[in-house]
Amino acid sequence: MATTNSTDEQVAGSPADEGAAYLDSTPTDLYAEGGPTSDPDGDAVFTAAGGDWDDIARDVAALGAERIVVNMGPQHPSTHGVLRLILELDGETVQEARAGIGYLHTGIEKNMEVRTWTQGTTFCTRMDYLTPIFNEAAYCLSVEKLLGITDQIPQRANDIRVLMMELNRIGSHLIAVATGGMELGATTVMTIGFRERERLLRFFEAVSGLRMNHAYVRPGGVAQDVLPEHLDQFEEELPLLRRGISELEKLLLESPVLKGRLVDVGYLSLASCMALGITGPILRSTGLPHDLRKAEPYCGYETYDFDVVTRRDMDAYSRLCIRLDEMWQSLRIAEQAIARLRASEGEPVMVADKKIAWPAQLSVGADGQGNSLDHIREIMGESMEALIHHFKLVTEGFRVPPGQAYAAVESPKGELGVHSVSDGGTRPYRVHFRDPSFTNLQAASALSEGGLVADVIVAVASIDPVMGGVDR
Amino acid sequence: MSGRSSGPETPDKQPVVHETTQDPVNAPERTEDQKVSPTHAQESGGGSVPAELRAEDREPVQVARKKGMFGGSLGNDTSGYGGLDVPVLLPGAAERPYGSYFDEVVDALEAAAPEAFAAGLERVVVDRGELTLHVHRDHLQALVRPLRDDARLRFEVCTGVSGVHWPQQTGAELHAVYHFQSITHGVRRVRLEVTCPDDDPRIPSIVATYPTNDWHERETYDMFGIVFEGHPGLTRILMPDDWPGHPQRKDYPLGGIPVEYKGATIPAPDQRRSYT
Repeated sequence: MATTNSTDEQVAGSPADEGAAYLDSTPTDLYAEGGPTSDPDGDAVFTAAGGDWDDIARDVAALGAERIVVNMGPQHPSTHGVLRLILELDGETVQEARAGIGYLHTGIEKNMEVRTWTQGTTFCTRMDYLTPIFNEAAYCLSVEKLLGITDQIPQRANDIRVLMMELNRIGSHLIAVATGGMELGATTVMTIGFRERERLLRFFEAVSGLRMNHAYVRPGGVAQDVLPEHLDQFEEELPLLRRGISELEKLLLESPVLKGRLVDVGYLSLASCMALGITGPILRSTGLPHDLRKAEPYCGYETYDFDVVTRRDMDAYSRLCIRLDEMWQSLRIAEQAIARLRASEGEPVMVADKKIAWPAQLSVGADGQGNSLDHIREIMGESMEALIHHFKLVTEGFRVPPGQAYAAVESPKGELGVHSVSDGGTRPYRVHFRDPSFTNLQAASALSEGGLVADVIVAVASIDPVMGGVDR
Repeated sequence: MSGRSSGPETPDKQPVVHETTQDPVNAPERTEDQKVSPTHAQESGGGSVPAELRAEDREPVQVARKKGMFGGSLGNDTSGYGGLDVPVLLPGAAERPYGSYFDEVVDALEAAAPEAFAAGLERVVVDRGELTLHVHRDHLQALVRPLRDDARLRFEVCTGVSGVHWPQQTGAELHAVYHFQSITHGVRRVRLEVTCPDDDPRIPSIVATYPTNDWHERETYDMFGIVFEGHPGLTRILMPDDWPGHPQRKDYPLGGIPVEYKGATIPAPDQRRSYT
């Protein structure tokens, strides 16, 4: 962390001059590393890498400069990953806040252009790593739109998608609440949040083989079926999950300390949300019940019974309430989806078009994920053509007619939109993800300017940005 | 036009030479489709593109020609010697009625900004249930303002701009694709597509109308090198500040990996022998 004093307020004979003289006379062994140096403009730069913060505070006070620039991040426990906030402070008040991003840019969109359409799910699932199912689902919906097979997706595949997405929503909100609590110093909130999320990850692992980065939703359906034993296993844990969420509610909602930190902090009005393109819980905290699951249903959401949660206070506290309430709504949807999956057991989970659907139905074996023995018998022993077809489909992939499509889902953070362009080939020509974290993070300045530096943490936590999605 | 003298007519005086808005030296490159005679442009409202959709606009638009070893559909040869050589044809202009709410949106936009609409709307494409308006960059700002403000349109939210690079589409290599969403009218969506040539990669910024596009335009600049004119601070956002090149462009070198085997190299992923 580095602090700089600004020269524009210094006048001759002010304490700033004394401070500068103090700096000149001070040897550079004050701190563990570095020490007061100066930047190209001649302003003092303090490098804090170990040592005591009080020492720096004392030196800054000696300089007499009121306005200092603090680089918060990119390595800071309360910035949700590698977010860098450049804060210009006047005492404890934030004058200007800017977000510096790009520290986690991994070129996922570019990578997807040299892999097949199906392999794209493996990449995009790693974008916002707390909402992998949403990334996959949005991408697959756009590919299905390009293929023109949106109507052919089997009902069971859609129900599985809905179940997985809603459980993923709970998981994402749990992390948002847990890390938000941790950043305020409430580690119990964090441990409860992660403990409850573990129940969801166990279900994801049983179904898809992976706790995160599933690549489970595929163009045309899902990779493999949800078996009744998976549902049994999850339903066993469901009462515990309910208890965990209500534990969080009891711990947080009426806590005077938490309310003191969150209420009326991070204010953002509806007009600002519209201008800045903010969606998700932040938008709903202004009272606007905008939720793509209701407004532009996909995957059969119009057939589920649930409510859109809103609040009216436009602050960090109402966003916390929305996230907690949305978990209950997601559980409502998940229960309906489980009931449907029990009823539709054995139905297909992939489109019937064998030129798109991968032929193998993987299943859980003794070593975790296993092969489909029936399919191996067929391609190795019975049908050479089936083997060729399998090989061609997996290595070459399917062709997608030229054109472009935009598909959006309501991710836990807001509108996750995917713009895919095809040139008629077996690989995406261009895929662009409109990640809600990326757009919402633009509000960090509006949320924190004029407030106290401690409120920046609360404001950013109420955005719930995940840098994997912001930087992609 | 504006060059005519406003004073009393004197028959012996030479008429003032007409000033023209055309600047042949600095004028951006136009594709064959965009080239029109000045008289035609004046008839159609002063723009550089015709207002009437011509018959050939309804044809699919070829943006590239795909070549590869595999995938030839003539004959059943899958050996790779058949070769793939096909044009990439994107959907052409749609005919009325467009269906869904699309007619309403296009009519409302025409009523709200008749001049910019006549001059700047190049093509209306309806494909896969989505409405795309191809807009000339000179008229982008004049068209997005009513898109947000007009009560019949009210596309309050812009969900960003995405770049697409078609290196073979001479004169319109870089595309900026904007998506807009109207919450007021249920969820309605419209897409605006704007092109610019590679040697003059300038598109006016719409941050003044849609502040949310601040970061999106910076990202598209960073990744494609499209300069959004009028953006309050167009700097790189994802790549480091001193990064050379724009990584999402199709001509961006991906590099190969030298391996320790007699000077062999693993080719860059876009140059490998592969199905395309």
